[in-house]
Amino acid sequence: MKWLFCLPLLLLLSACDGGLWNNPYPAADKGRPIYYSAFTERPKHLDPAQAYSENEYIFLAQIYQPPLQYHYLKRPYTLVPQATSAMPVVHYLDKDNRPLPDDAPAGQVAFSVYEIHLRPNLRYQPHPAFALDAQGKPEYQALTAKDLRNIYALNDFKHSGTREVSAADYVYQIKRLAHPDIHSPIAGLMAEYIVGLKDYAAMLQKAQKAHPAAFLNLHDYPLEGAQAVDEHTYRIKVYGKYPQFVYWLAMPFFAPMPVEADRFYAQDGMREKNLTLDWWPAGSGPYYLSENNPNQRMVLTKNPNFSGEFYPAEGEAGDREAGLLVDAGKPLPLIEQVVFSLDKETIPYWNKFLQGYYDASGISSDSFDQAVQVNVGGEANVTDEMNAQGITLSTSVATSTMYMGFNWLDPVVGGDSERARKLRRAIAIAIDFEEFISIFANGRGIAAQSPIPPGIFGYRDGEAGINRYVYDWVNGAPKRKTIEEARRFLAEAGYPNGLDEKTRQPLVIYLDTTATGVGNKSRLDWLRKQFDKLNLQLVVRSTDYNRFQDKIRKGDTQLFYFGWNADYPDPENFLFLLHGAQAKVGKGGENAANYSNPEYDRLFEQMKNMPNNTARQKIIDDMLEILRRDSPWLWGHHPKDYVLRHSWLYNSKPNKMANNNLKYLRIDAAQRDELRKQWNQPVLWPLWLGGFALAAFIWWFWRALRQREEAR
Amino acid sequence: MMPVILWTDALIFLLIAVGLTSAWWIRQRPHLMLPWQRVAKSSVGMVSLLVLSLFVLVGLLDTLHYRVALPEKNNGQTVYSPEVLSAFDALASGLRSRTEKTYSAPLAAYLYAKESLETPDGKVLRDYPRLKFGGAHLGDPQHELVGDVVKWALMGALGGLLVGAVVITVILVSFRRKPESSDVKELRSRQGEDVVPLRRAGLRGWIPALAGMTSAGPLRALLIATLIIAALIGAVANLSTAYHVLGTDKVGQDVLYLSLKSIRTGLVIGTVTTLVMLPFALLFGIAAGYLRGWVDDAIQYVYTVLSSIPSVLLIAAAVLMMQVVIEMHGDWFQTSAARADVRLLALCMILGVTSWTGLCRLLRGETLKLREQEYIQAAQAFGVSSFRILTRHIVPNVMHIVLISVVMDFSALVLAEAVLSYVGVGVDPTTISFGTMINAARLEMGRDPMVWWALAAAFSFMLVLVLAANLFADAVRDAFDPRLNRTEGAK
Amino acid sequence: MIAYLLRRILYAIPILIGVNLLTFALFFVVNTPDDMARMQLGIKRVTPEAIAKWKQQHGYDKPLLFDARAEGASKLTDTIFFEKSASMFVFDFGYSDDGRNIAREIQTRMMPSLAIALPTFFVGLFIYITFALLMTLFRATALDIAGVALCVLLMSVSGLFYIIGGQFVASKLWHWVPISGYAGGMDSIKFVVLPILIGVIGSVGASSRWYRTIFLEEIGKDYVRTARAKGLSELRVLFRHVLKNAMIPILTGVVVVIPLLFMGSLLTESFFGIPGLGSYTIDAINAQDFGVVRAMVFLGSVLYIAGLILTDISYTIVDPRVRLQ
Repeated sequence: MKWLFCLPLLLLLSACDGGLWNNPYPAADKGRPIYYSAFTERPKHLDPAQAYSENEYIFLAQIYQPPLQYHYLKRPYTLVPQATSAMPVVHYLDKDNRPLPDDAPAGQVAFSVYEIHLRPNLRYQPHPAFALDAQGKPEYQALTAKDLRNIYALNDFKHSGTREVSAADYVYQIKRLAHPDIHSPIAGLMAEYIVGLKDYAAMLQKAQKAHPAAFLNLHDYPLEGAQAVDEHTYRIKVYGKYPQFVYWLAMPFFAPMPVEADRFYAQDGMREKNLTLDWWPAGSGPYYLSENNPNQRMVLTKNPNFSGEFYPAEGEAGDREAGLLVDAGKPLPLIEQVVFSLDKETIPYWNKFLQGYYDASGISSDSFDQAVQVNVGGEANVTDEMNAQGITLSTSVATSTMYMGFNWLDPVVGGDSERARKLRRAIAIAIDFEEFISIFANGRGIAAQSPIPPGIFGYRDGEAGINRYVYDWVNGAPKRKTIEEARRFLAEAGYPNGLDEKTRQPLVIYLDTTATGVGNKSRLDWLRKQFDKLNLQLVVRSTDYNRFQDKIRKGDTQLFYFGWNADYPDPENFLFLLHGAQAKVGKGGENAANYSNPEYDRLFEQMKNMPNNTARQKIIDDMLEILRRDSPWLWGHHPKDYVLRHSWLYNSKPNKMANNNLKYLRIDAAQRDELRKQWNQPVLWPLWLGGFALAAFIWWFWRALRQREEAR
Repeated sequence: MMPVILWTDALIFLLIAVGLTSAWWIRQRPHLMLPWQRVAKSSVGMVSLLVLSLFVLVGLLDTLHYRVALPEKNNGQTVYSPEVLSAFDALASGLRSRTEKTYSAPLAAYLYAKESLETPDGKVLRDYPRLKFGGAHLGDPQHELVGDVVKWALMGALGGLLVGAVVITVILVSFRRKPESSDVKELRSRQGEDVVPLRRAGLRGWIPALAGMTSAGPLRALLIATLIIAALIGAVANLSTAYHVLGTDKVGQDVLYLSLKSIRTGLVIGTVTTLVMLPFALLFGIAAGYLRGWVDDAIQYVYTVLSSIPSVLLIAAAVLMMQVVIEMHGDWFQTSAARADVRLLALCMILGVTSWTGLCRLLRGETLKLREQEYIQAAQAFGVSSFRILTRHIVPNVMHIVLISVVMDFSALVLAEAVLSYVGVGVDPTTISFGTMINAARLEMGRDPMVWWALAAAFSFMLVLVLAANLFADAVRDAFDPRLNRTEGAK
Repeated sequence: MIAYLLRRILYAIPILIGVNLLTFALFFVVNTPDDMARMQLGIKRVTPEAIAKWKQQHGYDKPLLFDARAEGASKLTDTIFFEKSASMFVFDFGYSDDGRNIAREIQTRMMPSLAIALPTFFVGLFIYITFALLMTLFRATALDIAGVALCVLLMSVSGLFYIIGGQFVASKLWHWVPISGYAGGMDSIKFVVLPILIGVIGSVGASSRWYRTIFLEEIGKDYVRTARAKGLSELRVLFRHVLKNAMIPILTGVVVVIPLLFMGSLLTESFFGIPGLGSYTIDAINAQDFGVVRAMVFLGSVLYIAGLILTDISYTIVDPRVRLQ
């Protein structure tokens, strides 16, 4: 009981350091321009050759510097130089390596060569791998177990160094994609494109087997597809014409990697201490990872050796009015430090944002939809309470799509028969994704008309872009066909009122999903309600992720829930999800619905390598028409990303393609401290009340005790 | 209509059969009746039993499953809907079918979120739409709502009271006080020892329900409780025909319906688990204690291994395993209800596996003690077979431990379900249970304005159920073995 | 005594082997090494070659339990089970499936777990015993009945509600402490106060009631009457004699859990974002990281057995008449 008295005392003590009681950050950080954010899951990989997911890119995109990047403000998404002095120049060669003119037809082009010129004076972050001793020799490249005894983190090394980034470092990283010890997710894909990469992997494997203990220096093994020309120039040679290749150059897979770092981490005893490249990056980007504690927090600090990038001077219409160009021309990055705290649960995360301890919040989780109101015009805005806090909202349609696929191989719902097509169409009409969006995302999304989300070439707005098989164009807006029409289709398909004509058994549709966790039950309930409209029975088979993948791979599903996040803003990256050659079953591709339509496949091959022009748009229109008629997916919805931010955060604009946007942000720390103080004053009366009640109880108790003793 | 017996249904029926048989068996034997008569003397115990039996009633109704025959026939053969319903669903069909679009607060007439509404003159307005069912009969909810709710509640309560009074009268008329047998009296006077200081301290008449144990006995408390509960049920039932008494959830389902459906899941977890683990615990515990030697070693080894693995990990692994099995044999199950049911059964079994070790250890200890008793030594000396000794002497003498631990475990298991569902290894996500309700509701707490009613409903229903179970368990324990020193709460 | 301890420790070995075998069986009935590889390699663009490579690198390309192709003893040793289990017995936990050193991870995560578990345990013990003693002191009065009623009420509430409610009131409404998170050193105080408080309140019902039963049992014994007859005050009797004699039953229940405090609390840690061993375990279950799950199960079993042995030892300390043999 005494201890209870100590509690307020402790709290008061901790409040004495000038901070607020509920401030989760050290008091010393007060007033510093630090950007606070959160991560929900520890990143699995921080090696740019291996990382491929959003939660890893949040860090990597700030640390590593691939040659290109997306323009921060311009829409549609445009590639601009990052580490290069200009956009790469591409030359075409025929099969005998003779140059071709730039307008050569795709059929003649055997190779494309990208020549990339780097900006001078790009420098790496401070890193012990570069540290030199008094004699100018590498200090930490021959470490013994004794040297490593007290070292658990990169910061435990006393010295660090840097050096200029060279073209060879970029080449080194491309070679790493084929390294036998690294599982690069794009190794298979790139082997199809980069000349010689496939054989290179085999060669490295052989070399490693010959000297298993030795460090495998990739500089010693030339690769035809990637060669450094001089200090600042390198060339990448790819098979055929592959216009999408430049998009890959904006991803961390193509960032520079110094061989020193690779060798540094390859030393004995490093891995036992979790000192690996997969864990402690060595990059040349605007920030470096100064604290790496994925159980608690990750801290990015401004790379002191970074220079030469400036805030963009132009953006899209309206950016100037929104104040996004105030900092134009200022050297980047604008913020000293970025602190990511681990916050797995959404509720603490959301509350900390409201209390001002996170500067911005993506409201991707549907639990926060009440923060946003959609007004009469369909425009979203924050609620009055949040408005009073100065919280503002920016939205963007994500370059992703959430869909439900029918398995094309399934005898009931799949296949190229009129019966199955009508059945799919009936279901497509019945599942009211507009309602889904309004219930589960409070309007944060748009019902998809095709796999291509807005903002990607090939997407059409308005009447031309609607799915005529599911929608009618009424009064200038798409209107879902009525449920009666769906029932009619269902009857035509041979299932009047949801019963199989032949067996008179009710039709049961099986849905496979990984949705086992929190909050998914209501989604499943909702889906069941939708199928009830047609009198169809939906049986949900929810499994763990592995089992789900397994079923998809074997084609052992009927209906499944899936989503796709674009790698790059090109329609090819969406339409290939339905390409017959990409089928999951048998081919192990990304076409989870196993859809196959020869005409579609033919058009796809044609569209793939074209530049964005009207001819391409025409082909895409034709392809979408085929898809809509066949309806292998329920097109689902394109989620909209809403970002809420506090009034002290400037220059924030959602950019779904670029992950390296932290360098553009600016913070007014003084304003933040002021507002935090206003919002987080501890409520004291319960403490006094509790203390008083406790004291009263003890007094009463003491008296009762005394009385008892006296009575005896 | 085709009756459907799911696995857990069958086990529940088995449980009831076992319960009835042993009740009959006990009735024949006055010495076994004694402790139960002591339970009947505790008004707290009896009131909680009344509450519990209401829960059990709901659970039982929800256990009588059937499938509706469809109007169309296939070559003269009746076709059944794949949806499995229960008698409870039929009773509460109003609650089940009156779903709104999304959230609405308890007893509200409007939805909880604004929507674009088209006015008759073609303008688009952003406002809270009226509910399809909740308070739909009201012309002007803003002014009429409160009065109307009070009216419906009062009418319902009155009706409930009336029914309650009738029931009580019927019972009172048929209830005849049997003269107490002398041994019961003697026993009570022995117990009186414990009661005396309590009376001396003087309760000053407050907490009458608790004081009931010293005064007129449980009858009065039972009567009062029956009336209160009857009024409450009446009010809620009446209100629920016109309103969503506890609001609606994200997809517009009535929270009251969900809470009531959760009861069965909770009861199944609490009872079937016990049923599953009891034979093992009894057999192994007694075998280890009585036979000793290598049997003892082997059994001790098994339960040490099992209890040394952190139970959450064991449960998680086993649940995932079951999931795979269910997944691989999708054709075993005709309906989704059957699938979900097997998962529930699996969960019960796994909980049984992790919880039998405690009881087993207790039984082993008790048996070790018993077998050194003179009368058993004597029986052995006379050459009575081991089997006979076990069934005649050992088993009856450890039954009180079994009984007590069964009633004590019940509430722990109901609580465990919620936690496991949080970790993601609980019941099937399509099963309505307290765990899944809390899980979904947890996120709703973060909404602004907060959606509190689903959590509050799950909380109160669970609290009442577990509280009643705990109080009843206490009464049973006191009656059977006031001195038993069980290691509750030491986990 | 020493011989006894040695025997107990030897006896632990077959138990640990059993534990290992059981974990192994449960895990691999559900998962194939292919599944594990896929789990680690992510969603997009995973090729069969990548899976084969991953398995080979992490040592999952061998047969599970029995290698029919190998010779002699290596039929059993050249398997996933042997390779992954043998090293456990020297506490070499190896690497998790995502390539981190497990032992190091356990070391760093132990502190936050202990920062919550130890205070919860000791403060809890203190409060429960005090509360139980008070109820015993005022036994059979209104105070006692109210106390017991409170206990029953408190133990009827699901632990989830304490956490959800506690966070809501203390952090969201009253701004007393950060809602979740953790920091090292002195900064940790504000983060652990609420979890500790909730942990203590969460089990106050069940525990106090249990201690009360123990004390009531003791108080009915003859020596208490003797002490009272000597004219000792009730308070003195209670604290001097009853508490001391109730130590054995208390120890039975309490000592065994002390080593397990290291494992942390699954629920509390994941709700409050405490980077301890409890949340490590939960994450590992969710990520199906066999390396970590196996290590944590093993550690849990070792600690449990250690708890059993400690219990025996503590008997001899509290009651010199008890002898271990």
